[in-house]
Amino acid sequence: MIQMNYRTLLFIPGNNPGMLQNSDILGADGLIIDLEDAVALTEKDAARTLVREYLTTFDTTTDVFIRINPLDSPYFYEDLEAIKDLDIKGIVLPKAGIEPMEKLDEYLNENNLEFDIIALVETALGLELALDIVQRSKRVIGIFLGAEDLTLDLGAKRTKESKEIQYARSRIIAASKALGIQAIDTPFTDTDDIEGLKIDTQNAKNLGMTGKTVISPRHVDEVNTLFSPSKADIEYALRVVEGVKVANEKGLGAFSIEGKMIDKPIILRALNTLKLSGQYKEEYDELLK
Amino acid sequence: MNYLNNKELKDVKVISKSEYPSKSVPKAKITKDLSSLIKELGLNDGAVLSFHHHLRNGDKVLNLVMKEVQKAGIKGITLVASSLFPAHEELIPLLEDGTIENIVTSYISGGLGKAISHGKLKGHIIMQSHGGRARSILNEEIKIDAAFIASPSADKMGNISGVNGINSCGTLGYAIADGLKAKKVIAVTDSLLEYPNYPADITEDYVDHVLMVESIGLKEGIVSGTTKVTKDPIGLKIAKDTLKVMEATGLLKDGISFQSGAGGISLAVTSYLRDYMIENNIKGSFASGGITGYLTDMLEEGLFTSLFDVQCFDLKAIESLKKNPNHLRMSGSLYGNPEVSSVVDNLDIVILGATEIDTDFNVNVTTGSDGVLMGGSGGHQDTAAGSKVSIIVSKLFSSRIPFIKDRVDVITTPGSTIDILVTERGICVNPLRQDLIEKFNEANLKIVDIKELKEYAEKIMGEPKTIEKGERIIGLSEYRDGSIIDYIYEVKE
Repeated sequence: MIQMNYRTLLFIPGNNPGMLQNSDILGADGLIIDLEDAVALTEKDAARTLVREYLTTFDTTTDVFIRINPLDSPYFYEDLEAIKDLDIKGIVLPKAGIEPMEKLDEYLNENNLEFDIIALVETALGLELALDIVQRSKRVIGIFLGAEDLTLDLGAKRTKESKEIQYARSRIIAASKALGIQAIDTPFTDTDDIEGLKIDTQNAKNLGMTGKTVISPRHVDEVNTLFSPSKADIEYALRVVEGVKVANEKGLGAFSIEGKMIDKPIILRALNTLKLSGQYKEEYDELLK
Repeated sequence: MNYLNNKELKDVKVISKSEYPSKSVPKAKITKDLSSLIKELGLNDGAVLSFHHHLRNGDKVLNLVMKEVQKAGIKGITLVASSLFPAHEELIPLLEDGTIENIVTSYISGGLGKAISHGKLKGHIIMQSHGGRARSILNEEIKIDAAFIASPSADKMGNISGVNGINSCGTLGYAIADGLKAKKVIAVTDSLLEYPNYPADITEDYVDHVLMVESIGLKEGIVSGTTKVTKDPIGLKIAKDTLKVMEATGLLKDGISFQSGAGGISLAVTSYLRDYMIENNIKGSFASGGITGYLTDMLEEGLFTSLFDVQCFDLKAIESLKKNPNHLRMSGSLYGNPEVSSVVDNLDIVILGATEIDTDFNVNVTTGSDGVLMGGSGGHQDTAAGSKVSIIVSKLFSSRIPFIKDRVDVITTPGSTIDILVTERGICVNPLRQDLIEKFNEANLKIVDIKELKEYAEKIMGEPKTIEKGERIIGLSEYRDGSIIDYIYEVKE
């Protein structure tokens, strides 16, 4: 299977049973169940228990990530211990830095866990070291910009226009693209301002973000739409997979479309486009084998 | 020559000059004395008194009149109230002392419903639909001795208007049958306006008395300032899926007629429908039922040519009714009387709520999960029967209680008239509607068997406990045509 590109990653508070129970029907490509900021210190234990109960009782149809507490909190390893046997896709590592990434990778390796990691970059140091940080683990599938904490660290005023995070966005995007992983944008925090959400998402997409986290289910559809492939993208992707099929049948190693050589990254992108557009077929799983 | 009462022409007497009539003098209809009025009406034990519910939970008239009836010592009243609200909880002592013996209504909520479920009504409660109520009054199955019509405004001759006065509530659709058929009609008002008061919902020729009172109601309980679409993501998911269902029926096209309630999910469906109609340049025919500002906006935007309004739900609807000639008043009979041609029979799609549904698609909106009276058909039965497609929208769980049962506690609306159920976990289609099943398959719209959805819900939440019922039948669930479709039992306290 190809790596899913998450247009939307929806935050679900780990201490909210109503939200957890219905989290998989809200249309997001992936879920981030939060054990960190959404959960008060006094509720950390209860949230872990609740999340375990939810994930062992319900069959979720959506990829689940869990945002654990940071390494510099007393809960980092407690969280990992509590979730290590759960059927989840991966971990969101807050306050991503070199040491936290190494410690997390080490823990996952020692426990033979196949979890992916999304690095949440939300400090000035983390931003400047992003490329280095994510190279400390092969498990990292994306970098997620956390603009609220970052702007606090930078001493910048957070605004809806988001000019103050343009550099951070671009730096995250560059690091992600350099490593072929996803660049995941910070959430838009005004849950009622759908027009503002659209503008913010479009801006992020124009810079090169590949998806966005959302904190309100009402934001899911708009963000999914904006990050969905265009009709032309879909048509091109279909031509690519048809080309791969023919090349495979003829035993050709390489082929071209409209004079352009089609290599593995292009095929992967085409498959991803078809996934996002709902036109992916199971037979495509065989194309790259 | 029937108009001569079968007399021969030679037997007809022409009156003499001395018998010529004098000029008529307007009848004096105004009174401020309710006590004297009750005496004057000559109400006896067992009288049938009617009230409407356009003032909803803000209504003061029903309590005021019935307490005076109690003071007069009249017993065994049959109360024909189009709906009863928590504000009417004050009537519980009147059940206990036998002033009120039977109740006929279309909806009941609050303490009064609870008291009746616990056996405090000596007689029975008959739960009707709005259309069924109008039918039973107009065909004189129910004979009303006196109709006390809460009137936001009236003039001295009894022209009643719902859009004027400090406690305006909009249309008075549910009171029309009472006005036409009651032996005595009393306009109860706190706003006496200059003659003629117009536009009149009930005109003076049907009104016998005008009772002036200090206040007929509390404005904040009568209408909502604004009605709002739900922000609940699950409600919005259901609404979104409902729009997909509507699209798959093939009825979302020019000329569509539509009705939905004022509940959060229903309003969200209306809101999504509006966006869809604008995007696809669809011009609808009419929307009907209780009217909200969402529908009046759609009327003004040209998305519907007219609104049939039996009840205004918010201030915007009242304003629209006042100024927009395409915003039409609709009586309970015109709305859903099954014995005549009615608006529901011209409906394409209706969106309805429910307390519970069973695997035969029977719906209960009469009692809650504890078996206690907390609602009623209203227009549920009427619109489900009349519309081309009836859609129930609901969450699969309510307060951790699964929504789908083997058998609903009380059948309000028979499953034979319910076509589709939309929940956040799946869409079910009544097997009686193979035509819809085929359309949904063509549209690649996934449907699930209602029994499977029930099993899923019970797997998560467990099977709910059975409600502990008493032996006594306290009431009947009446279908709109007058037939009885279920018993309502006493619930143990």
